[in-house]
Amino acid sequence: MSKDHKALGLTRDDLIKMYRTMYLIREFEENAVAYFKQGIVIGNMHMYVGEEATATGICYALTKEDYVASTHRCDGHLIAKGVDTKPMMAELMGRENGICGGRAGKMHQSCPEVGFMAANGVVGASISQATGHALYCQMYAPGRVAVAFFGDGGGNQGAFLECVNMASVWKLPAIYVCENNHYAISTSVESSTALGHFWQRAEGLGIPGVLVNGNDVLEVYAAAKEAVERARRGEGPSFIECDTYRFRGHHEGDEQTYRSKEEVQYMKDHNNCLITMKKYMTENVGWTEEEDAALIKSVQDQVAESVAYGMAGKPMSAEDMESKLFA
Amino acid sequence: MQRIMYREAIASALAEEMRRDEKVLVMGEDVAITGGVYKATKGLLDEFGPQRVRNTPLSELAIAGTAAGAAMCGARPVAEIMHVDFIGCCFDIVLSTMAKMHYKTNGQISVPMVLRTQQGRGRSNGCTQSQSLESLFTAIPGLKVVIPSTPYDAKGLLKTAIRDNNPVIFLEHKGLYQTKGEVPEQEYLIPLGKADVKRFGKDVTIITYSKTVLMALDAAKQLEAEGIDAEVLDLRTLVPLDFEAIRESVTKTGRVIIAHEASEFSGFGAEVAAEIADKLFDELDAPIVRVCGSNIPVPNATEPELESAPTVAKLVAAAKRVCEGGIH
Repeated sequence: MSKDHKALGLTRDDLIKMYRTMYLIREFEENAVAYFKQGIVIGNMHMYVGEEATATGICYALTKEDYVASTHRCDGHLIAKGVDTKPMMAELMGRENGICGGRAGKMHQSCPEVGFMAANGVVGASISQATGHALYCQMYAPGRVAVAFFGDGGGNQGAFLECVNMASVWKLPAIYVCENNHYAISTSVESSTALGHFWQRAEGLGIPGVLVNGNDVLEVYAAAKEAVERARRGEGPSFIECDTYRFRGHHEGDEQTYRSKEEVQYMKDHNNCLITMKKYMTENVGWTEEEDAALIKSVQDQVAESVAYGMAGKPMSAEDMESKLFA
Repeated sequence: MQRIMYREAIASALAEEMRRDEKVLVMGEDVAITGGVYKATKGLLDEFGPQRVRNTPLSELAIAGTAAGAAMCGARPVAEIMHVDFIGCCFDIVLSTMAKMHYKTNGQISVPMVLRTQQGRGRSNGCTQSQSLESLFTAIPGLKVVIPSTPYDAKGLLKTAIRDNNPVIFLEHKGLYQTKGEVPEQEYLIPLGKADVKRFGKDVTIITYSKTVLMALDAAKQLEAEGIDAEVLDLRTLVPLDFEAIRESVTKTGRVIIAHEASEFSGFGAEVAAEIADKLFDELDAPIVRVCGSNIPVPNATEPELESAPTVAKLVAAAKRVCEGGIH
């Protein structure tokens, strides 16, 4: 970890909350995969495992009133934004008590009551949506900001140029967060992206752009805090590229022929945000094994409750499927 | 009553709704200083200022996407795409964000926006600025589609579209902006999903919309001289479709012509014809006839540009043909 939490104004409690959020994302997703393999969770599973520090660091700089637009790899963003994991798990199971009644599924979840507006199955869609949320903030809810999460795949969509340019010209309170996990399905950043990175593009669009270690929650938070404060002051958008890595395939079932097992193992050993965070807390705020065990237990209990909640729900039936086409 | 142009009716609807609700804003290419290339937003910048009347970069995806994103939070944007032909540049927003948000969120989020654009032949603009693409939108569940033919309808329907909590595609016609019509001075609204009989008749129903309504009215005048009394039914909104109005008219006349400028193949007329065949088969005294655009890109030169679409002569000929078996 390259930052000192005290210099960022964070307390021991803040660190515990961040650590718990990251742990919760991982535990939630690992359970989702396990139940997917049993056919209880359904759909196309794009897991966030390995990238938890990015969602956590960004969303820790936000309030419930701020807006987030997300991707197909969305569970981490939902959890970090404060969405209840019970209806999330139920949604993954296609149940009526799911967060969208079973209509959305994993890639299309929404929870506007905590500012999580939409996950998107179309890569890059979050960029224009968040730009619109930011326009709303500027005109009708000053002080609020909007975040667009997108991956290295989404960063190469035309939406990036069109929307970031417009947000820059209009000084919209938007934060564009590119989660560079190095592969758009099988296509590596090196083979798809000029300069191998995205952050340099910000300069050409007239906004600040930084590259941070996306597996270091304090480094991500520091960049987010600065970008959010700038946006709240009315000074316009910022761009943050988070260098991160997904430990699992693009989707469950991905044979991952495009990368070596050794590469994945190396990243798991050296860039596991949970291990790094625990080490930092042990060394800097006296985090104990007992506390760690208790936190892990509370996370496991929460996820178990979420699974039980989902399984108790009624699968969405075809009976009601024609309703709510229009408001 | 005042006689104003179609484009003035649009500008007047926008101004009234912007006065009524501060959440209404207008955005698009060249909508501010010049009042739009067809002057349908003229005067708005002066009254409402650059925050609510936003000139955008030439970025259709950003225009539609940002409007949709703002609408998801509670704004009521009216976004303009200069030509419907440019919808390809932002179609993902229409297809995946605007149309699906309310349904897939189980009603948690709606997208109360209007996407205004214009279409049609008549200015020798060639194949990428003259199309009529309404059936692209009617094929997507979750969108409302409005397509007015007169200043009166344009104003009343646009005001309702802005107040509607759903995404509405509002299709104007470049050949209608300068046409004039009676519009009341006092406020009025026209509900979506209500067709309008523009001319009552008893022998044949011409089901149509947009600029083709004007041709159908001219055709009806000519047919009157030949002893054929044509009814002209202006659908005004395609989604929701006012099938009751179609039922009422077809039950009376027993003969149907469906006319639109868009290509016939997979055009909206095919849907109308199928609905009539399904539900009103026993009422028909003659086969349903379509008078629609040719299945080619719109040619630039004047004669083929106009001949590849419905004309008054084609409508008259079609009406005579369907009435050949004798009229009631």
